[in-house]
Amino acid sequence: MTLAPLSDQLAADAPGRRRPARGSGRAPGRVPIGYVFVSLYALLALAFGIVPSLYAVLLAFTNPTGGFAGVDNFVKVVGDFRFWPAVLHVTIYLIIWLTGLVIFVVALALIVHAVRVRWASTTLRFVYYLPGALAGASSVLLWLFVLDPTASPVTGLLRLMGFNSFVQVIQPGNLPTIFAIIAFWTGAGGWIVIMYGALNNISTDVIEAARIDGANTVQIAFSIQLPMLRKWIAYMGVMSLAAGTQLFVEPQLLSQASNAVVPNDYSLNQLAYQYAFQQNDFNGAAAISLILLVVALLLSWVFVTRGGLFERE
Amino acid sequence: MTMTALLSERRRRPALRAWGGRSVAGIVLLVFVLFFLIPMVWLLFAVTKSSRALIVTDPFSPGSWSDFAANWNQLFGFQDGAVTAWMGNSALYAGGALLITLLVSIPAGYALALTEFRLRNPLLVMTLVVMLIPGTALVLPVFLELNSVGLIGTPLSVILPMSFFPFGVYLTYIYFSTSIPRDLLAAARIDGCTELQVFTRIALPLATPVVALVAFFSFVQNWNNFFLPFIMLPSSDGYPIQVGLTSLLAATPAFNPSSAGSDSIQLPTLALGTIVSILPVLIVFLFSQRFLVAGMTAGGTKE
Repeated sequence: MTLAPLSDQLAADAPGRRRPARGSGRAPGRVPIGYVFVSLYALLALAFGIVPSLYAVLLAFTNPTGGFAGVDNFVKVVGDFRFWPAVLHVTIYLIIWLTGLVIFVVALALIVHAVRVRWASTTLRFVYYLPGALAGASSVLLWLFVLDPTASPVTGLLRLMGFNSFVQVIQPGNLPTIFAIIAFWTGAGGWIVIMYGALNNISTDVIEAARIDGANTVQIAFSIQLPMLRKWIAYMGVMSLAAGTQLFVEPQLLSQASNAVVPNDYSLNQLAYQYAFQQNDFNGAAAISLILLVVALLLSWVFVTRGGLFERE
Repeated sequence: MTMTALLSERRRRPALRAWGGRSVAGIVLLVFVLFFLIPMVWLLFAVTKSSRALIVTDPFSPGSWSDFAANWNQLFGFQDGAVTAWMGNSALYAGGALLITLLVSIPAGYALALTEFRLRNPLLVMTLVVMLIPGTALVLPVFLELNSVGLIGTPLSVILPMSFFPFGVYLTYIYFSTSIPRDLLAAARIDGCTELQVFTRIALPLATPVVALVAFFSFVQNWNNFFLPFIMLPSSDGYPIQVGLTSLLAATPAFNPSSAGSDSIQLPTLALGTIVSILPVLIVFLFSQRFLVAGMTAGGTKE
């Protein structure tokens, strides 16, 4: 409408004036305007992304007096008697959580997507998503109640499984499952909504064609919908894997609530915290957080460059 | 085999099987509805009971108004109104970070989408990479950095790191690169708009949806943030409510027997603390569910 005459005007313009008008925003001899707009962001990225990472690298490879320490700090933290148990804890937790997350999120998204009644589908998604409002400490607190047989809303279920006291529930062997349940409860809904959105993007023609060819709902799910969800499932897996290695608030609060039945160095991040705040060993803390950061960066990097899910141009 | 023969052959048994499949699917949906809802519904009942009633009465029976009032008074009387102060802190941190995030991210996303400059691609890749690493991964490094310059314990030590929000920049970038035609901006330039005017008069007014989306994610994430303030703010005066909850927990004899004393917290009061701590986020959730569902999938491109 108003655009048409304007683009005519553009075409009629002298060729020399076309360059700045193409959206480059570059006036001759001046700093491109893009730099002005990104300057604050670049500043924050420098101050709270790049510089701290580099500083952690510096600390991890130096000793408290500032001398070069080589890999001493890494040898020290990896050799710490608490390090490998923490790795094991986090690994078991990740296995349980990721398996449950992938199976249940995908299954629920497929089922909810198959629900034809509109209000039911919307309500289901909302109910699944709502616990996402309780992240961090709030959700852990709520689950302390749920897991305490004296106050729990599901006392019967807990007793059925043989748990009569809070201390019995939080035995070390149960912890990875408990943390996985808490993480699933808060986080799964968001992923279900995302998967549902991805399922909506699958063309109805394809589904319709399969149905006419005689495929039933289960066959459609396994041979059409699942393969088309693969990227999103990978995305969920990578993000959750990276987030899971950071496990902190759940064991931290549980440790506090259990009078240290749950140790305060249960996860790697807690161990890093212990190094920094109990032992005042910033070099050791930097070494652990660097290991975690590198794992996260690697996962993220591989996904950004190979995954093809995110648009860069 | 012809199509009709195939259809009629398949139709007899599947009718029964589809019915069975449907009920299995229905049961799965219901079990998960209960799983997600029971803890939250229970919480609403728990705060209306005395600590004795919480243990002896049915979990889903309502308590009394007076017990709710007693819990309320105990919660807000804790350490001379510490809970009110923590809520104020949370509002300050999440609100401050929200403002700075918008000021920083919207222009940055705009520039990445619609202008050209040499560092554009590196900046974009950095944004994606940092966006996909968990927020907690950078917390200790940022602590070590701020500690070396003596900034620990100030509100800015949480507000500024929270304001670095690559996901917001990415959302803005996607929005501007997909929903604003470059011709529109070019036209404005021909008409004599400066670069700043192009942004403030043309792009910004069209960006309301993405501003709301970035604001939502920034606020929810920062309000719920635990690890960063837990590490940056050593003094109870500066706690946001999420960290304050640990103080409440430590003062609950049911979980921490050594804390039995005058200023102790009973279980229903702790439950009330949990509700109060998420109330702002819950309200935002309830009012924004529609646009959220659209927004969460906007993070990735369509297949």
